Order: sequence, then structure tokens, then C-alpha cells
Amino acid sequence: MSQSSQIINDMSIQFATVNGSGSQSANNIITKGIFRMGIPVGPKNLFPSNIQGLPTWYTIRVSKDGYRARKKELDWVVCMNPDTLVEDVNSVQPGGVVVYNTDILPKGYTPTRKDVIYYPVPFTSLARDKVKDVKLRKMLVNVLYVGVLTELLSLDLEVIKGVIKDTFASKPKAIDANVEALEAGINYAKENLKKQDNYRLEKMDENKGLFLSDGNQLAALGSVMGGCTVCAWYPITPSSSLCESFIAFTEKHRQDGKGTKNVGIIQAEDELASLEMVLGAGWAGARAMTATSGPGVSLMGEFAGLAYFAEIPAVIFDVQRMGPSTGLPTRTCQADILQAVTLSHGDKRHPIIIPGGAEEAYEFARISFDVAEQLQQLVFVMLDLDLGMNIWNCQQLPYPTDGFKRGKVLTAEQLEKTKDWGRYKDVDGDGVCYRTLPGTDHARAAYFTRGTGHTEYATYSEKPEDWQKNIERLNKKWTTALKYVPKPVVDDKGHKVGIIAYGTTDLCMRESRDQMKREHNLDADYLRIRSVPFHDEVKAFFEKHDRVYVIDQNRDGQMEQLLRMNYTEGRITDKIRSVRHYNGMPLDARTVTDAILSFEKGNAR
Amino acid sequence: MSADTPTPAAEPTNRSGFVKNAYEGLPSTLCSGCGHDSITRHIISGYWELGVNPHFVAKLSGIGCSSKTPAYFLREAHGFNTVHGRMPSVAAGAKLANNKLHLIGVSGDGDTASIGMGQFVHMVRRNLEIVYIVENNGVYGLTKGQFSATADIGSVLKKGEVNELPDIDVCTMAIQLGCNYVARSFSGDAKQMVPLMKGAISHNGTAMLDVVSPCVTFNNHEGSTRSFTAVKANDVPLHDLGFHPYFQTPEVELKPGEEREVELPDGSVIRMKKLAADYDPTDRMRAIATIAEAKAKGQLLTGLLYVNTKQNKPMVEHLKLTGTPLHALGEKECLIPQDAFEKIQNRWR
Repeated sequence: MSQSSQIINDMSIQFATVNGSGSQSANNIITKGIFRMGIPVGPKNLFPSNIQGLPTWYTIRVSKDGYRARKKELDWVVCMNPDTLVEDVNSVQPGGVVVYNTDILPKGYTPTRKDVIYYPVPFTSLARDKVKDVKLRKMLVNVLYVGVLTELLSLDLEVIKGVIKDTFASKPKAIDANVEALEAGINYAKENLKKQDNYRLEKMDENKGLFLSDGNQLAALGSVMGGCTVCAWYPITPSSSLCESFIAFTEKHRQDGKGTKNVGIIQAEDELASLEMVLGAGWAGARAMTATSGPGVSLMGEFAGLAYFAEIPAVIFDVQRMGPSTGLPTRTCQADILQAVTLSHGDKRHPIIIPGGAEEAYEFARISFDVAEQLQQLVFVMLDLDLGMNIWNCQQLPYPTDGFKRGKVLTAEQLEKTKDWGRYKDVDGDGVCYRTLPGTDHARAAYFTRGTGHTEYATYSEKPEDWQKNIERLNKKWTTALKYVPKPVVDDKGHKVGIIAYGTTDLCMRESRDQMKREHNLDADYLRIRSVPFHDEVKAFFEKHDRVYVIDQNRDGQMEQLLRMNYTEGRITDKIRSVRHYNGMPLDARTVTDAILSFEKGNAR
Repeated sequence: MSADTPTPAAEPTNRSGFVKNAYEGLPSTLCSGCGHDSITRHIISGYWELGVNPHFVAKLSGIGCSSKTPAYFLREAHGFNTVHGRMPSVAAGAKLANNKLHLIGVSGDGDTASIGMGQFVHMVRRNLEIVYIVENNGVYGLTKGQFSATADIGSVLKKGEVNELPDIDVCTMAIQLGCNYVARSFSGDAKQMVPLMKGAISHNGTAMLDVVSPCVTFNNHEGSTRSFTAVKANDVPLHDLGFHPYFQTPEVELKPGEEREVELPDGSVIRMKKLAADYDPTDRMRAIATIAEAKAKGQLLTGLLYVNTKQNKPMVEHLKLTGTPLHALGEKECLIPQDAFEKIQNRWR
């Protein structure tokens, strides 16, 4: 094999296993091993809505160029699931590699594709021979494939061993058992498999300052660092781990030695109660949040309207999954965007903040409490399953030095100096009024909060002019919000074509733009929306480009619709081209590139 | 000042230095003669006489006629008229944010026994520190007279419709769920309700008062089991009640055999004088049976139905919240220290 034909640090590997068989730990070892070798790596877990028994896939993108999104084409597959084995063998692209367990072949089936390379390994019997502990055997069969790949792809053995040591730091026996299985896999490959493919992994130095974590965990950390003191939640995939991480962080960092807590957490009876508790806490002055997914957001509708109208700060993390209805609970999408902005009946609008990656999952969670308290409004932080539950590369997070911005809250002392306080009086002209908290020891502090019509002094009113004035003042907050929500990120080099995307789509955008340049000589500028309402930069981006592609991970082009609602002039809406992805898989560059180029090829440039 | 101008007598204040006006509210907008307005007066008496500082009270409600009433009492307390059936969780959230708040929640039978039953059940289960009042008239007033889930079998609506479904007894339910203070009263019986109210205020945890409160407009006719006439005829008080706050010792010695007393968490005492039969409100199974037996006889049993002197942990204690209200915690208490913050990230490398 000639040196030049080698493919170094550029591939995708997919592991096909059975849910609940313990493959997660093996897959993490490989991911972290590649990461510690300094090679850019992006893993995605494609798992079923099930605890044990259904097929599950884990795919790893390795790229010397730093592309970390899922690669549409599969270069390698590791087949460990008899139920999907045929499908998995067929999923590899021509020239690819198939590692398969010869002990689980469906009756009468032998892999016969001529355009791929096979590495047959009797994993089940090998495990029986090499793993003495029967209980561990089922788990460690997966570590055998880590060993085989270590040998075939030249993974650094010491690095892999180090990962195993760290992974099982609290269980020394597990370290030995894992290392033994690893070595058994390596030895089997050495003795029985002849390297026929061109793929290789080599150390690089591209992961300096990075760590690996998932968005839910980072959003939980951001909530802790954002001063959130109340969390009420109801378990729902894919958001549960956000609250569970919040619990774990606060167990460690928000209590004294005796168990007294600087945080109040309730697992509520349903999503109605979780948002209502959050609103009760926000009303009484605490920074409060809940995390949920689409079905939970639907249930929270009534209270979102109350939050808007009664002007209560609160944060909802919506970790989006495929809907409608129960949908695909373990598949990703961006299909709650319209629902979040417009949740509840009547006139209302809620600001949403959309992190595009790991750093922003942390940072936007942290600042969302400032935004909510400064606006006295409900704020959504829109994650999705891909960001929330998959492992992302994250830059070292800076330690926050800016204080909490608690918004307009009057103390008893300040109230004493204020002659004419009205809870809903817009004295600053920004739509945001001064509030007092229950428990303020002053005769004039109390006011009556209600979801019904009210005057500036919080008294009940059905007068048309009171209603209209109030609902118009509330609308001012939409403009005021622009001061607090994150601006878009713009990469504008003055080209004719522009692309607008948001959230996790960002992960594949650099690669996709490189592909467009390479394959069609198309230079496209790029704007990433990070919040609704839209800043002026979004409009300017439309003004400056001939055609603007808006990428949505939903069927109906929800962000596109929001843009059309916002910019009604034909000279802007005529420029919009909608690209939509909605099969539940994390978006890949090829899909975006093909969609945009198919438009472009029919267009004069 | 000339000698012939009389000095106005200083308005009386209670032990916290508040005049009674601080405990009153806006004029009621309910129908004239509504039982709910009587309950409002008993609530005012309870807080005024016990000298609770209204600035540390939060009064909350759901939706319905009953839920309008927090506007009519404790004008110096923050109020929140929330959403139908969802007051318990808002109250729980407020308590999480500020554990120094004293909560009173006013609900109706629609709130508690229908749309908000889930919330009611879980509030009791969590033992939220709240005086929880059900202003129970068996009918939806604000939507003009439909049956509620607490209406008795056989009760007749104004329009002639007969209720054929069994009623939900919110007191029995609360006792079964582990509520530590469960009472039933009649809006027209100040002598009974005010001591029960004071007991509820002194209790630490969920204290439920189911107050039968006839709807003068939609449920006060012949054939209704919740009309003033029917309630007065069927009301069977379990005992005569007296309340002795912890800051006043009872003037008269307890008469064993005729009287019982129960000490509340703050040291206050409720004294119960035997009427027809002796009743022990600390016996949970007996309480449930007594309610059922009375109902079978068509009686409306009122009084302190159940009280648990060895009560379960209230919510704040169970959650081990710090003494400082959570809303007052700042960067110092909230942020993870820098070295630990960096350690977390290093663990993920």
C-alpha cells in the first residue's frame, strides 16, 4: 500500500449495537481516545426510545480539517446487532470497511458486497474465551471491538488505556477487566486480520483548550453560574439530564456541610405544575427555571400567557425533539420555534435564545436569567436533542465576572422614597415597570397580580383604553429585548449569496460552505441567528444579498416563517429560499450543500 | 388644641402594631349575601386577632368566584389571582423563593375537586406550608350554575337538573393523602370558623379548611343540598371550639371528660368541648369513618375533623432550604468557586 493513498484522520465510523448492551461505554472510550490524540472528533448517538433491546447506532466523525458534524456517508461500520446487520453492511459507502461479528450472522446470510473491505471477528466466542466474568461478558464484548479498531486504525494504546483508567477511576477492578478485553481485541486483530484498507489515525494537536461535554450538562452549569435558585421539572426525554445535571451540580456546590441547601428543586407532578412553580418563584423574586421538550411546552401554554401578562421572569429550556405528539422522542429537530415564540392564547410574544453549540449552551443558559429578570418575561432557551444529549467539543469556559442583573425591583427603602409607584407604570419608557416582591416590609409594597385586565396601579379594569394601553406597553418589551438577547453572528465578505441558519445547524456550516466553494465555486456569506426578536443585522443581511437561504430543521420552515412575519416587504421576502431538513438525524453538510446547489445550479450567478 | 375638641381615640392595633384596616381589602364584587363574603370576614378576624404581619403574607387563588376574594382581605399583602386549579403550584414556587412567606390560598370546589385536583393532591403530598381554603358551594357560579364535583347525589340545579354522580369529599381525600390539619365548617358559623382559621394559621404544613358556602344565586333553592336552609338543617358540629394562641394562656383549666385540647406546632392550643359524643380528631381512621357515617345519614359534619400532632415534615424542611430566602442569594452564594469551576471542565477532557 503506497503512502500517498493513505487516508489519515478523515473518516466516519458507525457502531451498530443493541440498546442496553453496554456499548455506550466502549463508544465513549474510542471517542475520548481520538480526542486525546488531538484529532478533531464529533460523535453522535442515534438511539431508540427504549431502554433495552432495540437497535442503536453511534457514529463518530474524524476530520483533520476540523469538521465535527455527522458525515452523511459511512466509511466504516462495526456490526454488532444481528437484527440490523444486513442493513448495516449495506449502509457503508463503496470503498468502505465492515467489521462484523461472525457469531451473529442471520441464518443463510454471508456478506457478499464486493466494493467493501471485510474484517470478520467472532466477537461473541472471543468474549466467551477471554472474559472470565460471565456478568461482565456482555459489556466487555464491546471493548473487544475497541481493541480491534485500536489495532486496525493505529489508535494510541497508552491513550486508550488512560481513558479507561479515568472512566473507571472509582472501580479499579473494572479497569483491569476493560484493559484485558482491550488487549484481547488487539491480539485477535494482530493474529487474524490483515490490514487491507487505507484508513489511519495519527496524533495531531487540534484539541488544545477543548473539553467534551453535552449541551444539557453545560446548560445546567450555566444555570448554576447564572444564579438560578429554583428548579421545578417533570422528566421528559431529551431534557431530563439538564435538570439531573443541575441537581448534581447543586448537590455538590450549593450546600453547606450539613446538607442545608442554597437551592430549591422540586420534581413536579406534571409540566403544568413545573412552570407554575417556576412562575411562583419568579413572582417572589427567585431566579427560576424548568427544562422540558415539545410536549411539555404544549402543556405549559396557559401559564406562558400568564407569565407574559402578569410580567413574571422565568426561563424554560426547550430541548426539542421530533413531534407532533409523542413523535420521535430520541430524534432531533428545531420544530418548536414558532410554538415557543407564540405560546399561549391572545396577544403575546416570548423572546427565544438559541445556542449554536456547547459554549453557547452554557453562556446562554447563564445570561437567560439576566434577560428574564430585566424584561420581567418568560424567556426560552432553545436547545435540541442533538445539542442537549450529544457530546460536543467545548472551549474552556471563562469564569463569569459580571454580576447578576436583577432588573427593576424596588426595596422597602426605595419604595419609601417613591411617591407614586404603580406596578404597571412605564416610567422609563422601555415597557418594563418596577416591581416589588412579596415579603417587602412596607405598607405600600403590596399589589395584586392577576391574569385579568388591570390598570397601571394593578387594579382590576375592563376599560377598553386600559386594556389597549397595557397590551401596547407590553409590546414595547419586544424592542427592549434587543438590548439583552444575543446578536446574530455574521460572516459577510460581500458575496451575492447569503445563508441564514440557527442552533445546531451551525456545526455543519463551515464544511458545507467549503463544499459549495469546492464543487460549484460558490462563495456564500453566513449569518447565524441567536435570538428572536431579530436584530437590525438580520435585515441588513437580506438587504446586502441577492439570494438568502434559510435553513430550518423542521418541515414547515418555521424560522423562515418568522422572518416573513417580521419582514413583509417584497424586496426582502423575494430573496428567501428555504432549505428544510426533518428526518430526525442531526444535520450534515452534504444535505445542506446539495439542497443549496440544486437551487444555485438553476440560477444565473 | 382647645379644651372642647375631643382627642380622637387612637385606632386600636394588634400585637404587631397593625390597625384592622390593614387586614381588610377592597369592597366585594360578589352577589349580595354570598357565603364567600362571610368567609372573607372570618379570614380577616383570624389574621387580625392573631397579629400576623400582613407584609409577610402572600395570598393566592385560582379562578372562580372564590378566587376573587383575596382582593377583599389583607390589603397590605401581595396577592396573586393565578389560573384555574393551579394555585397550589404557584404557591409552592413562592414558598421556594421565600421561605419566610406565610401563604394563604383560596380555592373553590371547581379549582380543588376538578381542574386542579392533581395540584391539590400533590400540594398535600408535599405538605406545603399553606392555609388552604375551599369555598365549597357545589356549583360553578361564575359560569352561571353548572354542577361541581362536590355536589351531592340527588341535589337539584336551579334549572331542574338532578346530580347523579357521587360527590368528591375533599376532606376525606385530604386525610387519606396525609394532610395534617383538616377541618370543615360553614360560612355562616363565625364561632366555629374563626378558631379553625386560627388553628390553620398556627399549623406548619398544609392546613385545609373546607368551608360550605351557599351560592345565593345558583344553589340556594329547594332541592339543593347546599342551600342555606339545607346546610343549617344538616350541620352537625363535632364540638365547640376555642383557640388559645401561644402568646395567651387559657384562662380556665381544661375539664377532663368534657374537653380535649390539641397543641399546634407554634404552641397555640385548640380546645374542643364535647357535644353529643366525644370525638378524637387525632385518630385518622376514625375521622374517615365518622365523615362517611355522617354522610350516610345526610348530615354535614363540621369541626376539626383531623389533626396530626406528630406531623410529617413540611415542604421547606423536607427540601432542607437554607434560612435566607433563595431570592436574596447573590453571586457569592450562587457561583461555583473558580478552582472548582475549572476542575469540572478538566474532568471532561
